[in-house]
Amino acid sequence: MRYLPKSQAEREQMLAAIGAKSIDDLFAVIPAEYRLVRDLDVPRQFGESEIVEYFKAAAAKNATDYASFLGAGAYRHYRPVIIDALVQRGEFLTSYTPYQPEITQGTLQAIFEFQTMIAELTGMDVANASMYDGSTGAAEAVLMAMRVTGRQKAVVARTVHPEYREVVHTYLRVRDLTTAEIGYDAETGRVDLKALEAAVTDETAAVLVQSPNFFGTVEGVAAIAEIAHAKGALLIVSIAEAVSLGVVRPPLEADIVSMEAQSFGVALSYGGPFCGVIAAKEKYLRQMPGRLAGQTVDSNGYRGFVLTLSTREQHIRREKATSNICTNQALVALMATIFLTVYGKEGIRELAEHNLAKADYAAKTLSAQAGAKLLFSGAPRFHEFVLKTDEAPAAWSQRLLDEKIVGGVELSRWYPELKNATLWCATEVVTRAQIDAAAKVLAARLVEA
Amino acid sequence: MAAVEQIERKTTGKVRPHQTQNEGLVFEKSSPGKRAYKLPPLDVPAVDPAALLGDAHRKTPGLLPELSEIEIIRHFTRLSTWNYAIDLGMYPLGSCTMKYNPRVNEFVSRIEGLAEAHPYRPESLAQGALEIIDLLQKCLIEITGMDTITLQPAAGAQGEFTGILLIRAWHESQGNARRKVLIPDSAHGTNPATAAICGYTVENLKSNADGGIDLAALERQVDEDTAALMLTNPSTLGVFENEIHKIADILHAKGALLYMDGANMNALVGKVRPGDFGVDVMHLNLHKTFSTPHGGGGPGSGPVACKKFLEPFLPTPVLVRAGNAANSPSTESWESANADSAAAGSEPMFRAPSYPGLSSDSVSKAEPEASLGALHWEYDRPQSVGRVRAFYGNTGMFIRALAYILANGPDGLRQTTEDAVLNANYIRKKLEDVYELPYKTPSMHEVVFSDKRQAAKGVKTGDIAKRLIDYGFHPYTVSFPMIVQGALMIEPTESESLEELDLFIEAMRSIAREVEETPELVKTAPHSTRVSRLDEVQAARKPILRWRPPVVEPERG
Repeated sequence: MRYLPKSQAEREQMLAAIGAKSIDDLFAVIPAEYRLVRDLDVPRQFGESEIVEYFKAAAAKNATDYASFLGAGAYRHYRPVIIDALVQRGEFLTSYTPYQPEITQGTLQAIFEFQTMIAELTGMDVANASMYDGSTGAAEAVLMAMRVTGRQKAVVARTVHPEYREVVHTYLRVRDLTTAEIGYDAETGRVDLKALEAAVTDETAAVLVQSPNFFGTVEGVAAIAEIAHAKGALLIVSIAEAVSLGVVRPPLEADIVSMEAQSFGVALSYGGPFCGVIAAKEKYLRQMPGRLAGQTVDSNGYRGFVLTLSTREQHIRREKATSNICTNQALVALMATIFLTVYGKEGIRELAEHNLAKADYAAKTLSAQAGAKLLFSGAPRFHEFVLKTDEAPAAWSQRLLDEKIVGGVELSRWYPELKNATLWCATEVVTRAQIDAAAKVLAARLVEA
Repeated sequence: MAAVEQIERKTTGKVRPHQTQNEGLVFEKSSPGKRAYKLPPLDVPAVDPAALLGDAHRKTPGLLPELSEIEIIRHFTRLSTWNYAIDLGMYPLGSCTMKYNPRVNEFVSRIEGLAEAHPYRPESLAQGALEIIDLLQKCLIEITGMDTITLQPAAGAQGEFTGILLIRAWHESQGNARRKVLIPDSAHGTNPATAAICGYTVENLKSNADGGIDLAALERQVDEDTAALMLTNPSTLGVFENEIHKIADILHAKGALLYMDGANMNALVGKVRPGDFGVDVMHLNLHKTFSTPHGGGGPGSGPVACKKFLEPFLPTPVLVRAGNAANSPSTESWESANADSAAAGSEPMFRAPSYPGLSSDSVSKAEPEASLGALHWEYDRPQSVGRVRAFYGNTGMFIRALAYILANGPDGLRQTTEDAVLNANYIRKKLEDVYELPYKTPSMHEVVFSDKRQAAKGVKTGDIAKRLIDYGFHPYTVSFPMIVQGALMIEPTESESLEELDLFIEAMRSIAREVEETPELVKTAPHSTRVSRLDEVQAARKPILRWRPPVVEPERG
C-alpha cells in the first residue's frame, strides 16, 4: 500500500489516542448486516511496473500506427510538448477549484487568460471558465437562451453534430421542452434558410446551428441571425472545431457561442476529457452557467482574481441556480490556454491555413477518383468534407484498413438519406503521402470477376 | 515601448520581492513577431483562404499573445507557484476528498495507444480502450454492490443529473413521473440544482438532532408524488445514516426510490456497499474517491451505478460483449485477464470470485481469450434516457481510476478507507476540546466543527480558514454544511501522515489560542500570501472578466 503514509505502529498509536480498541470500533455505526466481511472481488494489488504493463498491453490492442481521416467532433492536432510539461506541475494538477483566492492565484489568472482568449477568438464579450464538453455546452446554451427570453422552444439544425443534438434533446425532454429540427440544403450542406424561417416563431427561444457544421461547411451565420432575431429568438452557434477560428470569420452575429476547445492541445483520449466553453454577449452574463474568474484588487490595492458572480451557481442558489454544474474542465482549459499561447495571434492563423490546404488537397484528390464525388461543394469548408462513393464504404474502408489507413466516418449512421457518404477530415498532421495512398486504395476497386 | 510602460504600471507602489511574484497577464508580455511554434513545410499546395472562404474568411485575427517558448514556460510556471496543492501539503477541503493523485495514473493515461485513440475509430481497433472501460465498470459495480453502471457522466453533478433521469424514466414507465424530490437540508447544492433541472420540485427534509434523516419526518413527507430521496451517505457531517435500511423501506413502500450522492464514498469502499443497504441508484466521483486529479476544478468523472430494474434506461451507448446479455456483469474480462497472466507466467490477476453471478470455479475454467466475443457499443436501446454527453465519457479519467484500483487491490482499498476514517477521528479527538462539535455522532471520513466559541470573540470560520493558510495548510471547507452555523468541515483523507496531521492539529490549536489573545491577527489573515484578502464585492459589482488592450492615447502635438 505504497500510497498510505502510515506504519502499523502509528495506526495503533492513533487508535489509542482516540480511545478505540481496534479500527472496527470506528465502523461500529454501520449496521452489522451490511458490513462487508470479505475482500472486494477486484484485481489483486499490482506493482507499478505491472500497472504500466497492463495499460501498455491494452494500448497495443488499440492499433496506433494507422493514418487517420477521422474528425466529426474530435480532432487530431499536434500537441506542443510544453502543454503536458506544464499541466503536470503538481501546483496545477493537484489543486482544486479556487475557492480560496489568496492561494490559488495561479489557477485564477490562467482562467482569466482563458476567458480572454476565448472571447477574442469567438468575437463574444465574455466567456466562462469551461463546460464539460461541446455537447453539454450546447444544451446549457439552449437552456440559457430560454431563461433570457422566457420562451420554451428551440429550433435545432440537423447539421449540428448528431451527438450534440442527442444531448440537447436529453436536457430538454426531461422538462417537456420542445425542439424542432430543420434540414439542410442539398447543394451546400448548409441550413435550409426557408425551412428555418418557417420554423422560427415568436415562441422560439433559440436557434442552434453549428459552424463549421457537421459536414464541414461554414454556415451563413449573418443570414441565420437575421431570421432568428426577426422573431426575437437568440442565435446560438456551436463550434466543434475550434482551430477553424484561426481562418474562419467568428460568428459575430450570434448571441451565444458554445464551443468545444478539444482542438486546442487536448488529446483525443477516446472521447474525453474535452473542454466545452460558453461565450456570450455581455448583456446575457447573469444567465450564464458555470464558473467565471474576475479581476479585482486585494486589500493593498494589488491586482488579483477571484471566482465571481457566484450567485448564479448551485452552491449559493441551490435549486434556483442557472445550472447544476460544479466541477468543470479546468485543467483541460489550461491546456487550451497554453496551446493558444504557443501558437499566438499569427500561429493560430497559420495553423488553420495549413488545415485548410490539407483538406482542400484531400478533397480534390479523393473526389477525383472514379466513382467518388464531393457532396456539398457549393459552400466554403474548413477541414472536413463529405465524399460520396459508388462503392459501399464498408468495402473500401476494409481495403483502407488493410493498408493501415482509417477512412472517413459513414454518415448513414445519422443521416439515412446520405447513402454511401462519408465524412473525412484532414488536419495539419495528415501528410500528402497518406492522402495519396488513400486515393490509390479508393481507386482500386475489387477486380471484377 | 509599450511593454516597458506596462511593467512600470504593474510595479507602481510596493515592489514585490522578486519578479516571479510580479508576473503579468500573458497578453501584457506579448510583443509582435515573437514565436513559440514552427510548423513543418506544407507538403500540399498552399491555398488562398480569402478565395476559398469568401465572406467567411476571418480578416481580423483574435488578439492572442505572441511570446517565445521560454517566456511561456516561465509564465505558467510562475503562475503555478501561486497555487496551493496536495503535492505541497494537507488540503483538508471537506467533501472534496483531496487525496494523493498517483503519478503512474498520469503516465499510463498518456500512453500513445490510449491518449491518441479517436472515439470513432472502428471498434476492432479500440478493443484495448474498451477492455479498460469494461474492467473499470466491473470493479465499480463490485465496489458499490450495484448491478450495472454507466461511465458517461462528465462529473458528479452530471452523474446526479443522469441518476435522476433514470429515476424519472422508471417512474414514467410506471405511468407517472411524479412531482417532487426530497433533499435533506444538509445536502450539497448540486442536489437541489439537479432535481430542478430535471423538472422536479425540491422539498426540503429537516435533519434530526443527530444531523441525520428524521425518520418520522421522512414518513410524513414521502407520498405517492415523491420520485426519490437524494441522500448523501455518509452525510455532509461525515455521519453514517445507521438507519439507512429503514429509510429505503419507507421510500420503497410508497414507490419512491433512493438516490445516493456518492461524494463521500471514500468512507465506505471495501467496508460496506450501497447496493447492499437499499440504494437504487448512485453516482461516484472518480476525482474524489478514485484519485484522478482535481486539476484546479476539473475534469471530473461521475459514473452512475444502479440496480437491474433501471438498466433499460441507461444512457446510450452501453458497452456489451458480443454474445452476452447487455451490460450484465460477466466473468469474461476476469477470465481474459487471468489467461493473459497465465500466459505471461505470473500470478492470476483475480482471486477466486465470491459474489453471486461469479462462481468461484469460473476462474479455473478460464478459457483462452480467443473464445471471447469482442466488446462493442450498443446504441439500440429504446427505453434509454438518451445521451448525456458526446462520445463515451471522460475516458482519460477511467484509465487513471483503474490504475488506482489496480495499485490498491482489495486489501489496499479497504486499508485506504480505514486510514481515511482513522485520520478524521484522530483530528476530532485532538481538537474537540478547543472547537465546538455540534453533533456528537460518530464521524466517518470527515469531521465538522463550528466556530461557536471563536465567534464569541468575533472570529468566524472564514477567518480561521484564512489564518490556516499562514500555517501552510489549505483551509477546510468553510460554512458548509449549512445546518451547522459557522461550519469547519475537515476531511483529511488517507493521504496524511501522522506527522502532517499533528502539524495541522497544532496549527488549529495555535489559531484557537490566537483567537483568545490576538483576534485581530486572525481576522486580518492571511499575512503570508502573495495577495491579501481580495475584494469580492467589487469583482461582482463591476465584473471585469477579460483583459482588453489598453486604449492608445492619441499623440500630443
